[in-house]
Amino acid sequence: MKPEPKRVKFKLNGREIEAAEGSLVIDAAREQGVEIPHYCYHPALGNPGNCRLCIVDVEGAPKPMVSCRLPVKEGLAVRSDTEAVKRAQASSLELHLINHPLDCPVCDQAGECGLQDFYMKFGRYESQMREDKLHKRKRTVIGPHVVLDQERCVLCTRCTRFTEQVSETHELGIFGRGHKEYIDLAPGKRLDNPYSGNVIDICPVGALTELDFRFKVRVWYLDMTDSVCPNCARGCSISVHANTKRPWHNDGRRVARIKPRYNPQVNGYWLCDEGRFGFKHLDENRLGRVMRLKSPRKEFGWDAALGEIAGEIRRLSGDRGGKGLAVIASGALSNKDWTAFKGLFVDTLKVKHFLFGPEPDQIGEQDELLRRREKVPNLQGGEALGFGGSIKSESWESLAREIESDRIWGLYIVDRDAAQVWGERGRKLWDRLSLVVYQGIHKDKSSELAHYRLPATAYVEEEGHFTNFEGVVQGYRKALEPVGQARPDWMIFSALREKLAGFPVSEAALS
Amino acid sequence: MAVTVRAVSRPARSLRVQIYLWEVWKGLLVTFRHLFVNLCRHLLRGLGLRVVPGAVTIQYPDDPAMLGRRARTRHRLLKRPDGEPRCTACMLCETICPAKCIRITAEESPDVMVEKRAKTFDIDLGLCVFCGYCAEACPVDAIHMDANEVELSVFRRQDMIWSLPELLGDKKKEIAPPA
Repeated sequence: MKPEPKRVKFKLNGREIEAAEGSLVIDAAREQGVEIPHYCYHPALGNPGNCRLCIVDVEGAPKPMVSCRLPVKEGLAVRSDTEAVKRAQASSLELHLINHPLDCPVCDQAGECGLQDFYMKFGRYESQMREDKLHKRKRTVIGPHVVLDQERCVLCTRCTRFTEQVSETHELGIFGRGHKEYIDLAPGKRLDNPYSGNVIDICPVGALTELDFRFKVRVWYLDMTDSVCPNCARGCSISVHANTKRPWHNDGRRVARIKPRYNPQVNGYWLCDEGRFGFKHLDENRLGRVMRLKSPRKEFGWDAALGEIAGEIRRLSGDRGGKGLAVIASGALSNKDWTAFKGLFVDTLKVKHFLFGPEPDQIGEQDELLRRREKVPNLQGGEALGFGGSIKSESWESLAREIESDRIWGLYIVDRDAAQVWGERGRKLWDRLSLVVYQGIHKDKSSELAHYRLPATAYVEEEGHFTNFEGVVQGYRKALEPVGQARPDWMIFSALREKLAGFPVSEAALS
Repeated sequence: MAVTVRAVSRPARSLRVQIYLWEVWKGLLVTFRHLFVNLCRHLLRGLGLRVVPGAVTIQYPDDPAMLGRRARTRHRLLKRPDGEPRCTACMLCETICPAKCIRITAEESPDVMVEKRAKTFDIDLGLCVFCGYCAEACPVDAIHMDANEVELSVFRRQDMIWSLPELLGDKKKEIAPPA
C-alpha cells in the first residue's frame, strides 16, 4: 500500500480548498466544480501540456502557467478567472483554429466537440488570421471503425498516447513538423486493435469519428441512458445512446451507439470494440409475438400461452416423470431474472438438468485490459444462487446423450441457440422432445424449431443488475420500450410459476 | 435570407394626435373616399366601361396575389454553381423547426470536400407554420422561402410532403386528383 498523500491547503480563485499534495491543480479544481478547459490532458493518458488551454494565474509567477502540469503544494494561490487567463485562453483557441476548418455543419463531432464548446465559451470570435487555411488529408478510413480527418486535428496527441500507453499497439503517430504536423498511421499499420473505438471518445474534436455512426444521426437527437455492457463478464459501465424521437434517422434503428461511462472500479474510461459495436442485434430479427409454432400455429396473449405451457408441463410430468425437463440458460440473465429462474425451475419444478456453462458458444478472446473469456455478463449472479456451485451445469454433449436415451421429454431454452450448437445432431434430438419452449430476444434456429416461442426484452428494454466476474454489482436502466409483446425474463418465469401453482409433485413422483 | 434591421424612432405625439377626434375624422375620410370611388367605379362598369377595375381592393383569386418582397412562401432548395444541391444535411433546419415538418437523412458525398449531403429531404407543408427559422438557421444558404407560391392545397395529406427533387425544382410536384 502506498501511504495516503498528505492533504494540503491551497487557494483557488480566492477560495481556500484542500487537496492531496502533488496532485494536479486541474484535477483539484474539477473536484471543486471549477472546470478548467483542456484538450491534451486526460486523467488516464498523462499531461504533455501542449494544448496551452488549461492556463491559470499563479500568485508570484510572472506569467500564467498550465494547470495540468502544476502540482498542488501548501500555500499555492491559483486563479482561473482573471482577465489575463481569459485572454490567454482566447489566444490559444485562436491558434488552434488557425488551420481548423469550420465545417461544423458536416462534422459528426458537432454538438459534443471540445473546440466548439470552448470557442462558444471563451473564444475570440474574430480571428486575426488573414492567410488561407492549410489543407491536409480529409476523410481517411484508418481502421475497421475509425475515420481520420487530419484537418480537424488539434494535435493534442491523446490518440497516439492511447495507442502507446493503453492498447500498446502503436498504430498512430505524429508526422511532419511545425504547422504541417499531422496525425497518421504508422507505415504498414491499420488501427484495428480490439480497443480502437476509444480514440473516437478521447478525440476532443472531429478528427477521429466513428465509421458506422457517421452521418446516421446528429448527437443532439440522442437520449443517453446509463447501462452495463452485456457482452462479457467484465460488465463495463456504458451509456446507451438511442434515437427514439426522430425514427427516420439512424436507418430506423433505435440504438445509435454505445459509449463507455467512467467507472474506476470496472473499466476506467475504456470500452472494447466488441462491446462498443456489438449492439446491432438489438434492432435486428427481434421476437415480438407470443406464439405456438407447432401446428396449429397460433398467436397468443401471455396468459393463454403460459397457461397452455403449464398444462403441457403438468401433463408430461404426469405421463413421463418430473425429472424429464431440462433447462438451457446463460449468464445473460440479470440478478432479478436469476432469482425468478431459480424460483420456477429449482423450487417449483425441481428440474435436475441445467445447462448454463458458457462453453463453447459463449466463449471468446480474453486479454489483460478488459475483455473476459466468458461472453455473458452475469454468470456470477447465477453462482450466487447456486448455479455453478451446488447446481452443476450439464455439458452440451451430456445433455444430448440424455435426450437420445429418452430420459428427457422437454426442453426450456432461455435465449441461447441450442440448435446452432448441436448442428446436424440437433434435428434428431428435437424430434425426440415432446415440449420445446424458447424464450428469447432473437429469431434464430432454436426459436424457429421450438414449439412455443416467448419474446423477452433485451437489456436496454428493462431494468436490472449484473454481477461481474469480480463480484461488482451494477444496475442498468431502461433505455427503450420493449418490442411488441416482449416481457422481461423474470416476469415470464414468475407468471409461469403462478400458472403452475400447487404443482410441486411429491418427492415420490420425482424418484 | 438575412433581414437587415433598422431602428426607427417613434414620432412625437402632438396635441392634435392626443385629442384623437381629428384622427378619427381623418380615418372616416379615407373610408368615405373608398366608398365613393368604388361606387363610381361600379357605376361606370355598370354602364359598360369594362376597362375600369371594379374596386380598389385586389380581386384575388380572379387577379393574381401580390406578395410582399419579404413574404415567406413555399420553400425552395438552392444549388451550387456545379448543379449539386447546396444542402449538406447538417440538420440545423430540422433541429430548429418548431413544427417538426422537416425530415432529412444524410449520406456520404462522393466529393471529399463536401463530405456530407442529403439523401432525402422532405418538408411536410401540411405541418409547416411558415416561421422561416429554417432559412434563418441554414449555414450554407441552401434553403429559401421565396418560391412565391402560396396556393399549396392538395386533395391528399401525403401530397403536402415535398421531396428533395421537388424542392430543388428538378421535378414537378404531382398532385393526385380528388378521390
